[in-house]
Amino acid sequence: MMPILPVILWTDALVFALLGCVAAFVWLTVSREHLRAPWRKVARSTSGMVAATVLACFVAVGLLDCLHYRKALLPEPGKAEQRWSPEVLSALDALAAPLRQRQERTFSAPFAVHGHSKESITRPDGTMAREYPRLKHGGAHLQDPARERGADIAAGASRGAAAAALAWVMLASLLTGVVAAARGSSFAAVSGAAWRGELDVPLRAVLLTAAVILLVAGPLIVLSGRYHVFGTDKVGQDVLYLTLKSIRTGLVIGTVTTLVMLPFALALGLMAGYFKGWVDDIIQYLYTTLSSIPGVLLIAAAVLMMQVYMDARPETFDSVTRRADFRLLFLCVILGVTSWTGLCRLLRGETLKLRELEFVQAARAFGLGPWRILARHVLPNVLHIVIISTVLGFSSLVLAEAVLSYVGVGVDPAMNSFGTMINAARLELAREPVVWWSLGAAFGCMLLLVLAANLFADAVRDALDPRVRADFLRASPWRQLAARTRPATKASS
Amino acid sequence: MTAPLLEIRDLRTCIAAGDRVIRAVDGISLALNRGETFALLGESGSGKSLTALSVMRLLPDAGRVVGGEVRLEGKDLLALPERAMRDVRGRRIGMIFQEPGASLDPVMTVGDQVREVLDRHLGLRGSAADRRVLELFEAVGIPDPRRRMDEYPFQLSGGLKQRVMIAGALACEPELLIADEPTTALDVTIQAQVLGLLRDLQKRTGMAVLLITHDLGVVAEMAHRVAVMYAGELVETAPRERLFTAPAHPYTRKLFASVPGRHLRDAPLAAIGGQVPALWREFSGCRFVERCDHAFEACSNSQPAILQLEGGQAARCHLHDPRFAGRAARAATTVSAPLAAAREPMVAAPLLEVRDLAVHFPICRGVLKRVVGQVRAVDGLSLDLHAGRTLALVGESGCGKTTAGKAMVRLLEPTRGRVLLRGEDLTALGGAALRTRRRDFQIIFQDPFASLNPRMRLAEIVSEGMLALGVGGDAAARDRRVDELLEQVGLSTDMRHRYPHELSGGQRQRIAIARALAVEPKVIVCDEPTSALDVSVQAQILNLLRELQQRLGVAYLFITHNLSVVEFLAHEVAVMYLGRIVEHGGVGQVLESPRHPYTQALLAAVPRFDGQGERLRLRAEGDLPSPANPPAGCHFHPRCAHAQPTCRESYPSTVNVAPGHSVRCVLTGPAAS
Amino acid sequence: MLGYLARRLLYAIPILVGVNLLTFALFFVVNTPDDMARMQLGMKRVTPEAIERWKRERGYDRPVLWNGAAHGAAKATDTIFFDHSVKLFAFEFGKAESDGRDIREEICRRMGPSLAIALPVFLVGLAAYVSFALLMALFRATTLDFAGVVLCVVAMSISGMFYIIGGQYLVSKLWNLAPISGFAEGLAAWRFMLLPVAVALVAGFGESSRWYRTIFLEEMGRDYVRTARARGLSEARVMFRHVLRNALIPILTGVVVVIPSLFLGSLVMESFFGIPGLGSYTIDAINAQDFAVVRSMVFLGSVLYIVGLVLTDLSYTLVDPRIRFE
Repeated sequence: MMPILPVILWTDALVFALLGCVAAFVWLTVSREHLRAPWRKVARSTSGMVAATVLACFVAVGLLDCLHYRKALLPEPGKAEQRWSPEVLSALDALAAPLRQRQERTFSAPFAVHGHSKESITRPDGTMAREYPRLKHGGAHLQDPARERGADIAAGASRGAAAAALAWVMLASLLTGVVAAARGSSFAAVSGAAWRGELDVPLRAVLLTAAVILLVAGPLIVLSGRYHVFGTDKVGQDVLYLTLKSIRTGLVIGTVTTLVMLPFALALGLMAGYFKGWVDDIIQYLYTTLSSIPGVLLIAAAVLMMQVYMDARPETFDSVTRRADFRLLFLCVILGVTSWTGLCRLLRGETLKLRELEFVQAARAFGLGPWRILARHVLPNVLHIVIISTVLGFSSLVLAEAVLSYVGVGVDPAMNSFGTMINAARLELAREPVVWWSLGAAFGCMLLLVLAANLFADAVRDALDPRVRADFLRASPWRQLAARTRPATKASS
Repeated sequence: MTAPLLEIRDLRTCIAAGDRVIRAVDGISLALNRGETFALLGESGSGKSLTALSVMRLLPDAGRVVGGEVRLEGKDLLALPERAMRDVRGRRIGMIFQEPGASLDPVMTVGDQVREVLDRHLGLRGSAADRRVLELFEAVGIPDPRRRMDEYPFQLSGGLKQRVMIAGALACEPELLIADEPTTALDVTIQAQVLGLLRDLQKRTGMAVLLITHDLGVVAEMAHRVAVMYAGELVETAPRERLFTAPAHPYTRKLFASVPGRHLRDAPLAAIGGQVPALWREFSGCRFVERCDHAFEACSNSQPAILQLEGGQAARCHLHDPRFAGRAARAATTVSAPLAAAREPMVAAPLLEVRDLAVHFPICRGVLKRVVGQVRAVDGLSLDLHAGRTLALVGESGCGKTTAGKAMVRLLEPTRGRVLLRGEDLTALGGAALRTRRRDFQIIFQDPFASLNPRMRLAEIVSEGMLALGVGGDAAARDRRVDELLEQVGLSTDMRHRYPHELSGGQRQRIAIARALAVEPKVIVCDEPTSALDVSVQAQILNLLRELQQRLGVAYLFITHNLSVVEFLAHEVAVMYLGRIVEHGGVGQVLESPRHPYTQALLAAVPRFDGQGERLRLRAEGDLPSPANPPAGCHFHPRCAHAQPTCRESYPSTVNVAPGHSVRCVLTGPAAS
Repeated sequence: MLGYLARRLLYAIPILVGVNLLTFALFFVVNTPDDMARMQLGMKRVTPEAIERWKRERGYDRPVLWNGAAHGAAKATDTIFFDHSVKLFAFEFGKAESDGRDIREEICRRMGPSLAIALPVFLVGLAAYVSFALLMALFRATTLDFAGVVLCVVAMSISGMFYIIGGQYLVSKLWNLAPISGFAEGLAAWRFMLLPVAVALVAGFGESSRWYRTIFLEEMGRDYVRTARARGLSEARVMFRHVLRNALIPILTGVVVVIPSLFLGSLVMESFFGIPGLGSYTIDAINAQDFAVVRSMVFLGSVLYIVGLVLTDLSYTLVDPRIRFE
């Protein structure tokens, strides 16, 4: 076993911090019935739980990709000092090592054994010919691809499906057991009720979703060891690998941005609403000014300036990974800066309402100071808005990343993301025959992620507070990026 | 006898709430004759409004009529196609609602909103429609109708908006008017105006009125016949006189007994314990059984049917069933012992002295938010409150009584004046000194749903003040104190870990009282603590407040608009009008021999049901003026029947008409006497 | 009402000043002009002379805030701040750093094509989405409504870029119905406008329709709607006379504010379809790292947005009597 050096990148740290917040929140919620009640409602929503199942798979992949490390290098002779490889890898890279390492020269279609375009090849007999070259890795184990390939894929797929079925049975028993234990009824009763769809939690829908996911994932995993199941891109990288790596970027953008902006939005929104007067004037001025700059332009300007800043300090950003990570973090920050205004305005309005409520007045009659009132009486009563805005904002942030990367102010070009994938692939549609798989993979994966996020967000919103409308998010300037007609709402009150 | 105009037979309406179906209206039958006012009386949640909406087929999306018939002149409205039903709505049945403010389209002129009905049903357009609108506006007593026609709802006062609603409902001269709590959102003087108007209109047009209300006074004033609803069922139907003299159902009797009034001063009110049962469950017996003093076994085993009694009365109660005659007699009536009369003479030094208190809010206008005026919410208020006594501060909404109360406990900064607690000026205190003083004066609020933090447990809520003010000792001592307080306000101690949303309105208000009591205050400002509660729950809270006063000797400044509550609880009364006290004295003095015309109008406006016959009709005309721009001279003179030229010139000074009874009116001054 | 508008207009001034200061700080305080020069000229072996020349050509060689060496008023005006920030208020944007063209002229020239796409999208979109939302609201809680909502959620879960790519591939490449990209002068441009407009309409459909539906449903739950029904008005009349007019207030909030910003065009659309508008101008500037153009566009965008805010306030006075008579 080679020793490894764990590496915690900036965004990793923030992701872990976020996980900590979620864990703390869960711990808090579980012990309080009135906090648990809305989540029970989420748990009863079929679309919400199906979406949550899908999201869980994405999160699992993303988290695996957040565990970074560096491999040990063989020590130089004569030096006892341990040296580490400059390359930063993640747990996902380790698991998907075959995908990462088996690189072709250029494009190849999904499940192809030959290249996508003809090349000049020197035959064993010394003659030159233009033909589709065999791939170095894809289907390399086949002697006669034309004859064997179909059967080989079918065999692989059925092995995968069998493994998936086994995994599903284990998962189904586990979940049913958990539900049965939670309500103190027997395993058989719960599984029967689940099958007939009589449970109040949509266990059947969740298990069906899991079945579909496993049935797709199982064969893909087995086959991806021998083929490029999603094809390869221009430089011969496996598209499945690129897609998997893109998930982390999307998740980080979607969650860390909120984490970054939350303190501002919360602190300023609560203060503006509670203190009113000149504090309110200043904060309102601040967010009106910020939100009046078209978001994409502000982001573009900021990212340009950040590039200048990073270029002027090459010593700080020594490795490619560090550079890309810093840029991702900065993108989160700047997206946060342009998006806190909407939430801040919403929280201010809510606080204005709350401060006039009688329980706050009663607290003031006891002489409680403003900060304690904010912490004890106001904050707990606006938290649901924060949660709703977090889940509602996620999907639009994932979509924004793609557009920003296209515009050239997104993540580092060296970083895998849906945006960079689309950007690289869109020109290839003009090729004959069409190279569609990169785009297709990015499209499918993004649609699944964003759709699941949207459905989950709707379920959460309906359960926590259906009155909170999503339109404060419309103030987020990145909406202007895409071809939308109405990118923003009125910023001043 | 002719056939009834409207006949409801076995109407059943359900509302879906989450995954439960609530049977909100469960088999209502009643008949309404032409020219008759039929009152449907019930507390909140009894299903009375949904009955009205079912008749109109205007239920919310979650609601559905699941059975029964609604016959208008024999034709079943529930069977009509929607298109035909639309011809009935507004044409044959008009309807007005509780909140006139929300019930009018905010972006359409009020004239247009009435014109729309005329166009829809009568095809009236152009100048003919204008004439009719004018006529209607005059008929409902809207002053300056030509100008008002082109105004928007937000430019009208609440009373005027309700008049516009009535004009719209009556535009096509319907045979039936359904009035769903038409005056609940209005002040008493305005309520008296609107009720008078409805009565006059009925006399003139001969329409029938289905009046939905929770207010026994309104019923007494308006109804010919009354049906009492409880938990989705009719429990009693009777002609008005019969109902008020000999109520048959225990619920009705309790309802009457729980209305506070002077004749009950020294006895506790008959509160109805418990709560209305949840309507999604099945009932095996009487729905009132859990709260009934007369219940016997049959009440929980078999559902009572409606029994016809003499005099056109009918009741749904086993007590009137001859089969149970013997047992019913055995269920003895419990008579509550009167509380010891606590009428100590006034203590010499007042506990709380308010001197010339004023709270002005600046009006800012223009580009630079210059102050262009002041809303004089409270404008020179002086009063004394003695330990262990209750001073009621009475007035209509907008008179500044709540502002005054908040300023006294320093939730608002007074503009001028002093508030002395045992001689110490509270307005001069600041910071830590104020904070330590705060344990002496506390406040209880109106809305039980807004006054408790939904994210805190009851124990945390009750102990918050002790924690903040550093009283009550260590954690264990505080815990004991919380238990003690919960018991004191009549809640069980195992509720301490509950959250507010699990409580009913009355229970919440008890918690609010416990929270205030926790720091052992000398003075509690009670800001309309019962106005959001049903009358039976109100009785519980009033009993509790009085009992606590007798036990703990705490003084109440009781802010209210409800004069019957004042009669029950207060020792002294101060009547407020536009930021100033116009009359002040002992409760007997002010309520029995009111000297100020406003007090007189206020008292006259309160609907009575004690069978005193025709009473003095002294009305305050018009609306409360804006405190930003009060009338010159006596603020009340534009509405006063006795206004004299001098009233326009200067505000009258305070005149003592009797020991402890002072009035600010020229009529009582030396000039008038 | 006039006072109200005057107040809103005056309120815009400090915001513009704030935007200006913010952009100035972003461009000149975070980094020095030397850093920018080095970045533009290529990183490593850049001679100090080359940097000086680059700065001189673009006017970055002067002091940032205060020119002590100059005389009189020039002490304040002969600075980077005055030249590159204060002058923005007069819409003097200066010259582009990459090709040296006058930015203002370029902006004026490119507004037309941007508007040619954005305006039809805006107008047709508004009408189409509002109608669709009204339809869903009318048939609320039915299968039609449910299907509509599902359609909206799926539509809004797809990145706008896929609509563009898909549209270009299907309509232009496979079916050959419209040119894949490009633009023409004058009326001939309509052929090039078809696809972008159609794609933009489809891309915006889900989110907007769903939002309008929420607004309509919210309005339909209000008491005045019940009053209108209680007076026998037909459902259609209730919808059009009452609900629509009241819903107009929140709808206008979101809609009017973007009208001025239509001039800016859409970055992605214009770049994909090769439309020589302000959107593609901005993208080119970003790719060429042309700080002057980006700075100008930031300021212009804010100005247009603030104009939009004032227009929104103005539109309120038209639809909301409560503000009209204040």
